[in-house]
Amino acid sequence: MAALGTVIRKATSLGILKNTLLRHGPVCTSVRPASHVWYPDKDYWEPYKKPYFYCEDPDVKLPPYNLREHDAEREVHNIVMNFGPQHPAAHGVLRLVLTLQGENVVRADPHIGLLHRGTEKLIEYKTYTQALPYFDRLDYVSMMCSEQAYCLAIEKLLNIEVPPRAKMIRTLFGEITRVLNHIMSIGSHALDVGAMTPLFWLFEEREKLMEFYERVSGARLHAAYFRPGGVTLDMPMGLMEDIYEWASKFSQRLDEVDDLLTENRIWKARTIDIGVISAEEAMTYGFSGVMLRGSGIKWDVRKVQPYDSYAEVDFDVPVGNRGDCYDRYLIRMEEMRQSLRIILQCMNKMPQGEIKTDDNKVTPPRRAEMKDSMESLIHHFKLFTEGFQVPPGTTYSAVEAPKGEFGVYLISDGTNKPYRCKIKAPGFAHLAALDKLSKKHMLADVVAIIGTLDIVFGEVDR
Amino acid sequence: MLWVTSIFTIVCVLIAVAFYTLYERKILGYIQIRKGPKSVGFWGILQPFADAVKLFLNELILPMKSNKVLFMMAPILGFSLALFLWVIYPSVYCIKFISFSLLIFLCISAINVYCILLAGWTSNSKYAFLGALRASAQTISYEVSMLFILIVPVLLIFETNMEMALKGYSVMFLMFPLLLVWFTTTLAETNRAPFDFAEGESELVSGFNVEYGGGLFALLFLAEYANIIFMSTMSMIWFFYNNNSFLFVLGIVFFSTFYLFARGAYPRHRYDLLMMLCWKSFLPFGICMLFLCLLCWLIMMYFNYIF
Repeated sequence: MAALGTVIRKATSLGILKNTLLRHGPVCTSVRPASHVWYPDKDYWEPYKKPYFYCEDPDVKLPPYNLREHDAEREVHNIVMNFGPQHPAAHGVLRLVLTLQGENVVRADPHIGLLHRGTEKLIEYKTYTQALPYFDRLDYVSMMCSEQAYCLAIEKLLNIEVPPRAKMIRTLFGEITRVLNHIMSIGSHALDVGAMTPLFWLFEEREKLMEFYERVSGARLHAAYFRPGGVTLDMPMGLMEDIYEWASKFSQRLDEVDDLLTENRIWKARTIDIGVISAEEAMTYGFSGVMLRGSGIKWDVRKVQPYDSYAEVDFDVPVGNRGDCYDRYLIRMEEMRQSLRIILQCMNKMPQGEIKTDDNKVTPPRRAEMKDSMESLIHHFKLFTEGFQVPPGTTYSAVEAPKGEFGVYLISDGTNKPYRCKIKAPGFAHLAALDKLSKKHMLADVVAIIGTLDIVFGEVDR
Repeated sequence: MLWVTSIFTIVCVLIAVAFYTLYERKILGYIQIRKGPKSVGFWGILQPFADAVKLFLNELILPMKSNKVLFMMAPILGFSLALFLWVIYPSVYCIKFISFSLLIFLCISAINVYCILLAGWTSNSKYAFLGALRASAQTISYEVSMLFILIVPVLLIFETNMEMALKGYSVMFLMFPLLLVWFTTTLAETNRAPFDFAEGESELVSGFNVEYGGGLFALLFLAEYANIIFMSTMSMIWFFYNNNSFLFVLGIVFFSTFYLFARGAYPRHRYDLLMMLCWKSFLPFGICMLFLCLLCWLIMMYFNYIF
């Protein structure tokens, strides 16, 4: 309709009417300083349309008729291609400068920083509570895991213990987040490799998970649900039933995706022996998470340093042996199944009780309490204006985020604001190895490798 | 009369292409548990026309450093070639080239490479250039194996026409594996998923047609879809020919549906693997089939001689 409107507007000569009405010039004119900048216009290009030689100096030596005489030495360049930041497979704003020889990659040079928002610096000027939502916006496909790392860091500095129910809820939603992230990761990896359908099938499930987020925190994406000392609110009635309902069906959805990809010859041809990294190199490049486990190193922060209630649940850590894209894909699929196991266990073991510490110097009182009690009102006011003081100290707290080890290095100087908050994002280290991974592969493999790295620019650029 | 039949054919092809795009979007939609277009007209039936109107009303944008004449020529060339292919469509009113139809088909699909090559090269963009290179290498390679595959049914049909149908059908067991390879070859020949390297969305952004928009883009895609329908027709002609026109058209729809299923189900193959598939497996397979077919033919001739 808009196009039709344009046609009608043009056809009915409203433009002529406008010109007659505004013959004496517009009421006001805007002057743009940029108009002084000269760009090559039509007149400029005019002389270049025919053979053209121009010289001011009459003594200048004309080039020899046969140019090849001077061409004994000639520099040959490889094609340099700008892959992104507006590329459909760039996963956001990756600018990848690829040097190609034919279609083989000679050098892949990732340029980052296009999504840099200065999160770490901003956090230094916010109270501990206000800084929390920044962590949602770091890795915007696995929101709650980043929050978890931040909360754990503050809790360690405050030296407070979180009630068991809060721990269990955190574990539950940490695993829901893992499924959320792996759905995105596998879906977009498959899409990068050219399979459209798994993405749509998986995103149907992802929507349901988003709804769980919404029901528990009020926001589909940037939940800000985990707080220092517990979680904001208790889970609403009936949420666990629905999560169970979903979890009992999700493994079938995974099997469907399995059918489509795992034994698919084209998928195997595209992923096996692509982007291989040995265990040693994975260690030296500082890999973590799936990228490290794909190369055969069994390292999972949930197992080696259990946080929240990961010590109470039973799960396996899948490990690859070849370190290629296919192994990493299989690990992600298996991790989703393990996450389902953890989710079911969490719901079975979910204890009764408080969902945040009862230390009202750290956690705000319940809303209803605040309406009745003067003390609670004061606490509420103090916590949401000044915030809470954290005793001086330093901590590095890490969680096993779906992408790898997500760490927060927090320095407190005893005030209500962090002195420094250094964020260790797993994607950053993985992206740094892109050149190593994609060298001597073809252009199409670079896309598959970017897919398997599972990078999100929110956390890489911070 | 020639005028009337040509125009009639062209209109029919264009309408078929229009609804094929809708059909594709619907099928893909239902594969991916969504609805596909459904707002324009009843059940989205007018969507292709809305798309066409929108595209042809778009401003014509020519890239600054492109070779402008050739840039505009390429889609027009592709489109007219795609339409020209249909002169060999075996209808009652068709122009009677049938005896040379295979040759005409091969010639035109050979020229079709130029359309993609020109489109990619004149755009003066690295992505388009890579897409064009891939597409031309792919199309040329697959033409070779396509020729060998096509000769087998040609021989069989020749046999059945000349002698009796019975003898032809005795070697029909050859046809099934041949049909699978033929179908894969047509997928590659028409640059469709899983062999859509020319347009590899996630690799080359949009491949040879990155710089195209509006009407020229529409022409490129009309040509592509016309080729797909034509390839399905070819499959029917050479593998399942019968005189019942209803069954014939049903078969074309059946074949073209498989293009969409392939697109919904498979990831994209890699370019070098595709070339390997062509030269190292399809071509030897085609040649072996040809020899096997000739052998059968000779045996039959021998029995024919005896009885």
